Amino acid sequence: MGEQKSMTIKGNMATAMGAKLCRPNVVPAYPITPSTLFPEKMSEFIADGELDASMINVESEHSAMSACIGASATGARVVTASASQGVALMHEMLFIASGMRLPIVMAVGNRALSAPINIWCDHQDTIASRDSGCLQFYAENNQEGLDLMINAFRIGEDERVLLPVIVGIDAFVLTHTIEGVKVPAQEDVDDFLPPYKPKHGTLDHRDPATFGSFAPPEYYQEFKFEQTKAMEDSRDVIDEIFADYANRFGRDYKKVSTYACEDADVILLTMGSMTGTAREAVKKMREEGKKVGLAKLTVYRPFPMPELKDILSSAKGVAVIERNISPGSTGAVYAELAGTFVNEKKRPLLKNFITGLGGRDTLVDTFEEIYDKTIEVIENGEVKVLVEWIAMNEEVMR
Amino acid sequence: MTVKITIGAINKEHGSSKKYKTGGWRSVCPVVDLEKCISCYKCYDYCPDAAIKKIEDGIEYDLDYCKGCGICAAECPVKAIVMVKEEK
Amino acid sequence: MTQNEDIELFASGHRACAGCGEGTAVRQILKVAGPNTIATICTGCLEVVSTGYPETAWEIPLIHAAFENSASVASGVEVALKELGRKEGVNVLAFGGDGGTFDIGLQALSGMLERGHDITYICLDNEAYMNTGIQRCSSTPYGASTTTSPSGKYSIGESKQKKPIAAICAAHGIPYTATANIAYINDLKKKVKKAIETEGPSFLHVFAPCPTGWRHGSDDTIEIGRLAVQTGVFVLWEAVDGDICNLKVTVMPKKRKPVEEYLKRQKRFAHLTEEDIAKIQQEVDEKCDRYGLPKRE
Repeated sequence: MGEQKSMTIKGNMATAMGAKLCRPNVVPAYPITPSTLFPEKMSEFIADGELDASMINVESEHSAMSACIGASATGARVVTASASQGVALMHEMLFIASGMRLPIVMAVGNRALSAPINIWCDHQDTIASRDSGCLQFYAENNQEGLDLMINAFRIGEDERVLLPVIVGIDAFVLTHTIEGVKVPAQEDVDDFLPPYKPKHGTLDHRDPATFGSFAPPEYYQEFKFEQTKAMEDSRDVIDEIFADYANRFGRDYKKVSTYACEDADVILLTMGSMTGTAREAVKKMREEGKKVGLAKLTVYRPFPMPELKDILSSAKGVAVIERNISPGSTGAVYAELAGTFVNEKKRPLLKNFITGLGGRDTLVDTFEEIYDKTIEVIENGEVKVLVEWIAMNEEVMR
Repeated sequence: MTVKITIGAINKEHGSSKKYKTGGWRSVCPVVDLEKCISCYKCYDYCPDAAIKKIEDGIEYDLDYCKGCGICAAECPVKAIVMVKEEK
Repeated sequence: MTQNEDIELFASGHRACAGCGEGTAVRQILKVAGPNTIATICTGCLEVVSTGYPETAWEIPLIHAAFENSASVASGVEVALKELGRKEGVNVLAFGGDGGTFDIGLQALSGMLERGHDITYICLDNEAYMNTGIQRCSSTPYGASTTTSPSGKYSIGESKQKKPIAAICAAHGIPYTATANIAYINDLKKKVKKAIETEGPSFLHVFAPCPTGWRHGSDDTIEIGRLAVQTGVFVLWEAVDGDICNLKVTVMPKKRKPVEEYLKRQKRFAHLTEEDIAKIQQEVDEKCDRYGLPKRE
């Protein structure tokens, strides 16, 4: 094993470095805040001869994903990056990339959706794409951003999977924040990730195939079943490949990772960068004798139901803390977690907290308040209000 | 016809549309008088369905696929092709 | 391009309507392009009639992704071929209908042309959204009755002029732009050959009558196409390096027929009055003067 180089870099640079180590052939991309550094860095790597690939500086995110699809179907390893409105604009093409079973990898700088326009951290952009059939990973820090990119290629390209993978890093909190990152050696990544050689079909005149067929009712449902099965099958593949990565590079990823959950009455469930602050809050509360733990959702698609059941079922109450909201319903994770537990006899009370939208800070205080409100629920033995918005700026409320 | 589905609906059975015989759509049928035919192959060129084959000194129809559009008869410079009502 | 032109790369059994101009166009274009070709298509008639699973009419590799992005999917294909060392001797064709080219796909097409990909983009123009049931688009000509621009007491039918798509594409300064017509197959094939042999992006605007949408006899498809040229309604030209000031008219009608001969064979124009036709004639005359076509008979 080569030495892992320590670097101090921004999150966008971390995902770009991760992508570069995977030797993509084609990088179709369109700049959007806060992801712009990704296509800039990929362009630089190519310009400096550090990466043998081609950029396609497309005229929109819709064309970015379209060009990804064309290139991936031709047999290339493909990576792109986007955020927010860009993810929304390419929404249609994410479904098509997945339906055609093309293992495209996309780094997303998770950002709020308009209106009003807002460039800061929020998970609504990728959550809105949750049904597209792309795997979705969320990074807590820049190291995770880099590592998850490398894992994303290996998992997406696995013959049992063959699906696109989205790696989310939080806008600004990660994309523009400098952190220490260990960067694996190229030869070790080469050893971990074999070249992409699709067997299911490639656009090649020597073996002509039609991609993007029109499927009538007697076939469509079966195609969707197969695509969904690939997502189901990815569960074991993710575990296997995360474990292989841990063996080789010493960083152990789990679909859901835990902190101080064993005897916890209250477990906070988080995604992305807020997890770091939540961990500090849990440490502080533990010192105060509160029985609180933390679970972090790294893999959101496939939704890790068995793991969440194992981890959360012994708690009395779970606070699902989300940077997204489905107006007229709950946060996305809450509804899915409720579905996970609905047939279980032993289940915690679940309460949903919406916070951190559009870059609202999530502070230690925020998590303490969430803990208190969850204890209240446990004491009352019922959840009167399913969804509660936390850290509201009361001064500006009408 | 039922087939096992492929990954991502990627279809390697190129040209398999030939399994479907569009000749059944036809209500009028082309008939060529090879005595008149000058082998200019305009009918062959214009046919939207590749239902005309070139043969020595003329053409022949592949009635499995001819939809009976009548372009060949309309475009024949020597009026060697007529459309006749399909007997069914 | 030395393959046997008798090989059919767009196979029989496709579900296009009887007398479909697109069927003739795609067959002939692929005969020129040959088997070493990868094509992209957009959603629309061509996709529906040729890719119904588990069958495909395509003998060459084909990808259909969505409606508005044949050009950007093709961009990905072309760059990937180059990166993987497989571009040499392989042609990339991007097909779009008029809706997918003039309207919803114009941005992607402009991007593809501007970026200089070695792709031949072919618009198969039947002058409305035919697959969804003959709705007007920006290719629909003035006076045509469609389901969303119906003629009526207060409506002439389509009230806007057809968008000059080939000139718009040429204005990108691309190496080769041409208009073509299925009635003029030799001219069409020459232009396809030039477009493919030209390094960089080229654009072909191919006029392909639609018996279903234009409401003419299925046997009249070629004659309608021919009349469009003979009346000057559709001018066949080519331009190099986007220089449309010096475009070359490739099929010059000896005498120009009155537009009425073109219009009267199609029921989409059946409602037009003599005055309406006179107005259309005047506009065609003015256009033909600009192209240097002969005066009307």
